[in-house]
Amino acid sequence: MARHTLSVLVEDVPGVLTRVASLFARRAFNINSLAVGPTEVAGMSRITVVVEAEGDLLEQVTKQLNKLINVIKIVELTSEQSVQRDHVLIKVRADASTRLQVTQAADLFRASVVDVAIDSLIIEATGTPEKLSALLSVLEPFGIREIVQSGTLAIGRGAKSMSDRALRSA
Amino acid sequence: MSKGSPISPALLAARPAPPAAPARETAPVPVSAVRGPNAVVAPTQMLGSAAIVRSLEELGVDDVFGLPGGAILPTYDPLLASTKLRHILVRHEQGAGHAAQGYAMVTGRPGVCIATSGPGATNLVTAIADAHMDSVPMVAITGQVSSAFIGSDAFQEADIVGITMPITKHSYLVTDAQDIPRVLAEAFHIATTGRPGPVLVDVAKDAQQSTMTFSWPPKVDIPGYRPVVRGHSKQVREAARLIGASQRPVFYVGGGVVKGHASAELKELAELVGAPVVTTLMARGVFPDSHDQHVGMPGMHGSVSAVTALQQADLLITLGARFDDRVTGVLSSFAPNAKVIHADIDPAEISKNRTADVPIVGSVKEIIPELTSAVRENFETQDRPDISAWWRTINHLRETYPVGFTQPDDGLSAPQQVIKRIGELTGPEGVFVSGVGQHQMWAAQFIQYERPHAWLNSGGLGTMGYSVPAAMGAKVGNPDRVVWAIDGDGCFQMTNQELATCVINNIPIKVAVINNSSLGMVRQWQTLFYEGRYSNTDLNTGHDTVRVPDFVKLADAYGCVGLRCERDEDIDATIQQALAINDRPVVVDFVVSRDSMVWPMVPSGVSNDLIQIARNMTPTWEQED
Repeated sequence: MARHTLSVLVEDVPGVLTRVASLFARRAFNINSLAVGPTEVAGMSRITVVVEAEGDLLEQVTKQLNKLINVIKIVELTSEQSVQRDHVLIKVRADASTRLQVTQAADLFRASVVDVAIDSLIIEATGTPEKLSALLSVLEPFGIREIVQSGTLAIGRGAKSMSDRALRSA
Repeated sequence: MSKGSPISPALLAARPAPPAAPARETAPVPVSAVRGPNAVVAPTQMLGSAAIVRSLEELGVDDVFGLPGGAILPTYDPLLASTKLRHILVRHEQGAGHAAQGYAMVTGRPGVCIATSGPGATNLVTAIADAHMDSVPMVAITGQVSSAFIGSDAFQEADIVGITMPITKHSYLVTDAQDIPRVLAEAFHIATTGRPGPVLVDVAKDAQQSTMTFSWPPKVDIPGYRPVVRGHSKQVREAARLIGASQRPVFYVGGGVVKGHASAELKELAELVGAPVVTTLMARGVFPDSHDQHVGMPGMHGSVSAVTALQQADLLITLGARFDDRVTGVLSSFAPNAKVIHADIDPAEISKNRTADVPIVGSVKEIIPELTSAVRENFETQDRPDISAWWRTINHLRETYPVGFTQPDDGLSAPQQVIKRIGELTGPEGVFVSGVGQHQMWAAQFIQYERPHAWLNSGGLGTMGYSVPAAMGAKVGNPDRVVWAIDGDGCFQMTNQELATCVINNIPIKVAVINNSSLGMVRQWQTLFYEGRYSNTDLNTGHDTVRVPDFVKLADAYGCVGLRCERDEDIDATIQQALAINDRPVVVDFVVSRDSMVWPMVPSGVSNDLIQIARNMTPTWEQED
């Protein structure tokens, strides 16, 4: 099934994330990833959700989301018209004999080392899911201890803002 | 284009049209989104509890149904002093919920129910879910434990906002007294506009007890809520074009036309087009049954003429209906050759089950008249299609396979006969409220409905126990009408405690218990699909049983008049006797045959083409040219 990235502008009120998440569960829509945070407008949050859905189902997802009173606006962001990034922190086994190899691999991916211990490193990387998965496969042989990953963040290219005209008053 | 395009429901539904078409307008903004007379109240200090009562008064509420308890206790104090609100004390919160639904269904105004926290609130859940499925405007106000205790598993604490999230149109938790007027105004606005539905307002006890400054009207601005009311004019013209080209059109009319109060508009359009009209279970009465164009109710227990009209149509003019599985049968084989015009106020219903060729998002109240003028314009400028062959087919089916019933072999009365006579002797000005099961289907089939808001039932959720409390609410809303609860012996035992409420508050409903001594619809399925193995469907209330409970004694115990009718020859006299009593509720125990079944039937999981008029009997089809 095709992946679609939706940006959902919502009112920042208690329970809004539950409403969005439970709607997906209740209607059996699959969420691939979800990220949420505040925006440039006070009182507004933005949820970036990656869903797996075909045409009609995607339409149903967005229509149902739009019915939530706290949802202000939904935009689908295609990969061509937007910048989409995931963020990952990886704890890799690395002792004196392998540390250099690991840091070199990280450099090649423009990832940075953010913590060093005697037998491990924490690497921080940002990129598309494809890039991060390539980084992970390169680090795999050294022994990955722990991974923590954000949901995809996405923003439309160009000067326009998603919150433009979204808040016109009645 | 530098970024993705916005997805709005209206645009999605109208996808074939250019997205920037200027004709699409949002709701004409009313003077105020606040319901009621919008009297101006200067800032006044009062408690949150008083603000709840005052807000309800300012919103134009007259009647509320509820039952107090610890967390809502503060609000019940100013309620006692209110001269504008009539509070009806129910015996179970579910009754308050269904009563609010019944009230809303007959009046078109939002029903209001009140309960305390925890079990009081959870007892409302069934009624809230029911209102959600059937799009009933309702506001449920619940008490919640004090904000400091929320999340501590306090006594009578339940996360009712969380519990009801999937079954409300929206919900609020109020912890600041100052928010009360605005939240209630918003709740009423949301419940009654767009696609109506239940809104829950959960108010923490400390918010009820603290002082706030009340003023009216509050400012209601909900940026994420802009229901589209006017239909896209290009789509309306396209719909008119399809109607002008159709040889076999059918009006598929749903409950949305009742909710949208568009009965008169529908009649004008239907008569102009001259096409057959089917009214779904939720729409019975919105187009008169006696009208020559009405060909019946579609669906699992619909008439052959209505089901076949949809199946063989080349165009479905769908108004406020949602292609429910009970109507479509196996979706892939439903109306296979039909193009679909689908007008609905909820964009998410359009193309949810059946893809619409012409989607029109908006209120049927606005769309139908526009469609009428567009069709009229078309008819004036071009030849009207000849649909007489279509009518011959349908009339043949209507005459050959009328909805009927056979007399049972066991010498007991046919339940259909009882229900039919109730309808005939009461007349179309009555209100008929059913429970769920066989008696519900018979009440939909055998009572002639001539006006909207005369037929109430739990269509979507299928809630047994809906009938008595909903009839009670309907009688409060329409005190001058005869209100019948047409109930089953199973359903009746779920909510009959509201008879006490009816007696004490002088709400003289009439209850017809269609007593076949069993959970009849389940029993019918056991007869048909489980080789007559009657697992747990015997209720022992009827003929030749211990009769527990004895419904006549039960009625008597509640202070109602209890009547019993066991023979065909007594049916009319008993109904007349019940109709003559208006000073208190009447319960009639109609002891009927348990072997009567609901026909026609489209068995579950098969195409509507396989409709059976009786067991293993399918109609003979004329060859269609």
